Amino acid sequence: MSFDRTIIGVTIAVVLMACATFFIPDWVRQIGLLSMAIGSVALGLLVLWRTGLISFGHALFYGFSAYGVALLNHLGVRDAFVLVIVSAAASGLLAWGLGFLVRRYRAIFFALLTMAFSMILYGVLAKTERFGSTDGLNIHPPTFLGYAPVDQAAQITLFLFGLLVVYGLMLGVQIYLRSVLGQMTTAVRENEIRVEYLGYSVEHVIHIKYVISGLLAGFGGAIMALAVGQVDPESMAYWTASGEFVFVAILAGTGNVAAPFIGAVAFEIIRHFAWEHGANLWQLIMGGTLLAIIMFVPDGIWSVLQRLVRKKDGVK
Amino acid sequence: MVQLLFTILTDGLIYGSYLFIVAVGMTVIFGVQRVLNVTHGSFYAFGAYLAAYLGGIWYDHELPDFGGFVIIFLAAIVVGVFFGILIERGLLKHLYGKDEHIVVLATFAAFLALEGVGLFIWGTDPYFFYQPQAMLGFVEILGMTYDYYNLSLIVLALIISLAIWYFLSRTIWGRLLRAVIFDREISQAMGVNVTAVFLGTFILGTTLGALSGAAIAPTISVLPGIGVEVIVLAFAVVVIGGMGSIPGALIGSILVGVVRAAAVHEFPQAEMFVIYAIMAIVLVFRPEGLFAPPAVRKI
Repeated sequence: MSFDRTIIGVTIAVVLMACATFFIPDWVRQIGLLSMAIGSVALGLLVLWRTGLISFGHALFYGFSAYGVALLNHLGVRDAFVLVIVSAAASGLLAWGLGFLVRRYRAIFFALLTMAFSMILYGVLAKTERFGSTDGLNIHPPTFLGYAPVDQAAQITLFLFGLLVVYGLMLGVQIYLRSVLGQMTTAVRENEIRVEYLGYSVEHVIHIKYVISGLLAGFGGAIMALAVGQVDPESMAYWTASGEFVFVAILAGTGNVAAPFIGAVAFEIIRHFAWEHGANLWQLIMGGTLLAIIMFVPDGIWSVLQRLVRKKDGVK
Repeated sequence: MVQLLFTILTDGLIYGSYLFIVAVGMTVIFGVQRVLNVTHGSFYAFGAYLAAYLGGIWYDHELPDFGGFVIIFLAAIVVGVFFGILIERGLLKHLYGKDEHIVVLATFAAFLALEGVGLFIWGTDPYFFYQPQAMLGFVEILGMTYDYYNLSLIVLALIISLAIWYFLSRTIWGRLLRAVIFDREISQAMGVNVTAVFLGTFILGTTLGALSGAAIAPTISVLPGIGVEVIVLAFAVVVIGGMGSIPGALIGSILVGVVRAAAVHEFPQAEMFVIYAIMAIVLVFRPEGLFAPPAVRKI
């Protein structure tokens, strides 16, 4: 593997954040945790979006995994590593199964089919008493390889745990995107027929993407479940959740594996402060921001950052 | 057994009519403009809110009961024309020809913003507009009570579908519209004012969306967030019937309505997802929809 600026940059950022977590106030740390969860899902959307596919139903994997954490937790599994890995893997498996259907679809049909699947999950969760119906389930605090922190220490540990997971996800996706299979991404978007003539199966490429994407959304859902300590169908599996993920993905742009997390932080900060001034403001700001991004900065925050850096380099 | 079947059919027909009224506007807009319009949910909500708001004032002054019905149509037209022009001229105009994802997302953004605007205008307290429903009273059929208002939704759905059918196949405007649907560029070259056709269609779709909200308002409490579910329901009907096909939307709605009614009575766990299950099955086996006209391949 050659010199990779992204991996170095991400590593430095993660180390800095790991150090900073001991000094920041609790609410900032909580925003960080939520951003990790949302960012992981948006990273999953990035993987798909680079092929020109947008899923309006990623809440399916997010909610599936979050409920996986809650149910395992109720069965007595307390270890965060087991909870997160098993639930995310289950999401990946679900994506693999559905992928056989989904991979044949493009454009709006892809979006609508994924949305239909996620709404089925929502309907099942909201109507099943064992899953707490519309109230959802609560989650007992997790342990970390036998270490059972309480209060602030619990949040700090979870933050470090989340950082570790997210770091792994970013590295994994970066390596995948630089592999031959990952670089088929843009090729598929530009000209599917040509990719087929080169001897690759487009459906296979898309299927793999869908699984990776579902897995990432699964990690996001699992982190969210642990960070909030509660799962419910409305915020975990309804189509509006999927809409928020797409919002973050658009806000961030697809330029870099770190972009979804920057987008997620921006999203959570806006949400945090908008809520303080009332719920109506929140939707207005979110809608307005999304419109402005679509109209004026179609490549997202990352493209703005890139332009700023280039300008500085130019001056030197 | 007969009674159960009858109940399922009647409930299904009522719910199917509701779905059709809610989705037909979205179908029209998708058929002509190829825009999957998320703001449809806002039109529904604003229609319901305006009807309930005006109805509240009307009945507070103890004016004649039938006025509620006039208010329903009035609210639909006011909301439809205002938002139709606002969204089409202000937003969609800039997006024609862009990637269809971007268009959907832009309407999603507009929907969110309009939800916020709605909260600013109407607040978070519920509005009630039960008088039209109360006025029509109830009827007992085979031991089950139905209210006439819900049954009248079936009539409304029939009237809307007949009116659209007449408009599309028997009027000059309808023919122009079909020409634009068939081939936009040739129509333009032949001198059809496509811009005007688009705006007209959009206002029609918006008004139908607002009418659905206004017509449903008497049967619900009008609360923030009522438009959210409508969007996905309408998506489902549009997909099941075939993207842009109006007869498809009608038959699809009634099919979904009856299946859902059967689920409610026999298998209540499935009530909430049965629509989306049908949607997924249709997408998997007949992605062009149950009743989509054969697609003309453009080179």
